[in-house]
Amino acid sequence: MSAEPVLDVDGLKKHFPVEKGVLRRVVAHVKAVDGVSFAIRPGETLCLVGESGCGKSTVGKLAMGLIPATAGTVRLHGTDITGLSRTQMQPWRKRIQMVFQDPSASLNPRLTAGAVVSEPLENFGDIPASERSDRTIALLRKVGLSSDAMHKYPFEFSGGQKQRLGIARALALNPSVIVADEPVSALDVSVQAQVLNLMMDLQEEFGLAYLFVSHDLGVVEHIGHRIAVMYLGRIVEVADRDAIFANPRHPYTRALISAAPLPDPRARREKLVIEGDVPSPQNPPPGCHFHTRCPFAVARCSVDSPALRTLKDGRLAACHLED
Amino acid sequence: MSIATAQAPSAARFRPWRFVRRNPTLVAGAVILVVMALLALFAPLIAGDPIRMQPAQRLRPPSAVNWLGTDSLGRDVFARTVYGARVSLMVGLTVAFLSVGIGLMIGLLAGFFRTADTIVMRFMDGLMAIPAILLAIALVSLTRASVTTVIVAIMIPEIPRVVRLVRSVVLSVREAPYVEAAVAGGAPTWKILLRHIMPSTFPPLIVQATYICASAILIEASLSFLGAGTPPDIPTWGNMVASSRLFLSRAPWTIFAPGLALALVVLAVNLVGDGLRDRLDPRLARRM
Repeated sequence: MSAEPVLDVDGLKKHFPVEKGVLRRVVAHVKAVDGVSFAIRPGETLCLVGESGCGKSTVGKLAMGLIPATAGTVRLHGTDITGLSRTQMQPWRKRIQMVFQDPSASLNPRLTAGAVVSEPLENFGDIPASERSDRTIALLRKVGLSSDAMHKYPFEFSGGQKQRLGIARALALNPSVIVADEPVSALDVSVQAQVLNLMMDLQEEFGLAYLFVSHDLGVVEHIGHRIAVMYLGRIVEVADRDAIFANPRHPYTRALISAAPLPDPRARREKLVIEGDVPSPQNPPPGCHFHTRCPFAVARCSVDSPALRTLKDGRLAACHLED
Repeated sequence: MSIATAQAPSAARFRPWRFVRRNPTLVAGAVILVVMALLALFAPLIAGDPIRMQPAQRLRPPSAVNWLGTDSLGRDVFARTVYGARVSLMVGLTVAFLSVGIGLMIGLLAGFFRTADTIVMRFMDGLMAIPAILLAIALVSLTRASVTTVIVAIMIPEIPRVVRLVRSVVLSVREAPYVEAAVAGGAPTWKILLRHIMPSTFPPLIVQATYICASAILIEASLSFLGAGTPPDIPTWGNMVASSRLFLSRAPWTIFAPGLALALVVLAVNLVGDGLRDRLDPRLARRM
């Protein structure tokens, strides 16, 4: 898996302006994403984990070009796609697609499943109109739906089936990368596994790369090849799945993993409980963003922002304690 | 008919009585409107000549010949009332359709293209400040009194209301995940606007259209009453009330017939509007 990355994100930032008053004066910025870098190789799943509001969904939208980045670059197959206009972005949409969090809200309630899935095909017109419905049926079958789903409306499907439709829509253009923004968090646990397994099967069949955004460590452990942990707009640790679950290095990752439930009720593991709330991304603490809650923080942490460095075992972590 | 209903799947079967029982306002309003519309449509077959004057038969009370009596020029009140429905319904429907159509276009653009929004909306605020009646009086004095002038005059202040409604729906729907998904799927702007956003504006617009229709009928009647509306030779309810008011004590039937017809039509249109609002509200419609 040392091929060229399909998606290469470098120093990505997104600062949302906070406006006030009738003149819409910009009084502050919410630093939702504050310098995020990662690369995904073909056929790989990179999971982006972190708690609510850490900016992980924003990274997904930035990668999709759905919102403009404040700084940094997104490279798709080696080409910089940041700051492209909608028309310039158009050909790249075929390469990168998205599966959304809420399967009900991401399907137009007034369109049939067939119309939803075939719309991307229609937009690009690579496939003649006469073959479109065959292709749509093939896509529906591919995600485990029957061909009579074509003429049904979204409300006639269950949550899991709706998410299968969302996946079929994302597959329609034959992308090489799919950004999955918490694709199973709105589903029942029993359905979650089915959808995850479907996504893994499709990955194997089409060599898809996933940017999988999630807050659920159980899900991430199941589907991820590599895990990137985000805290307050920055990535604090990136490592292979097994390495991160067996031996988390960054204090925040350790706290996150120790908070995840274990399936075995007798199993015990080191508990690392952090206190307090996430600071406001509008005014993040200086130095390491995590130092206000870090049990191991030293004086340097509140002054100096640690860079993401490669450790001895090949993983990346951003912590002064690793020096 | 009975065979057709028997074959239909039970879940989708349309049960007329149940529909009437659950939507009494909608059905009552629609029935009155349909009767009125039929009367207006077939006026020449039902009623006599609304223009012919019979000076010898002036201000006659209702009788077998003149069902609703005659007015001060000896014209048949029933015929004039039936013909008056033509003007009222036409003005109401035309104003409703045109102002909803134009308002929908402007509202979609204002809601979707944020740069256009501020300018368009301030202009709309300006239009809303113009009272329909004053505008009509101004237009009639500038041009000739005609039904078209009346329609234009009523339409102009109604359009901004539609624009506001459409814009507010567009603003809430444009952030919906399914619109974002359409963008991600490479949908062109026109498709996002027409296919993904516009249909959400229809339920509130249909309801708004009925209210616009009712108020247009009322404004047309007021304008005619004031002499700033349709020319006096056209039989309209407003003209009839205006010309009858001098004879109110001697021949009250001349004013009751058009007044009652007007009240009935406006009531019916409002009933339909209320009924549709209840039907189209997804939370209420579930129980239907």
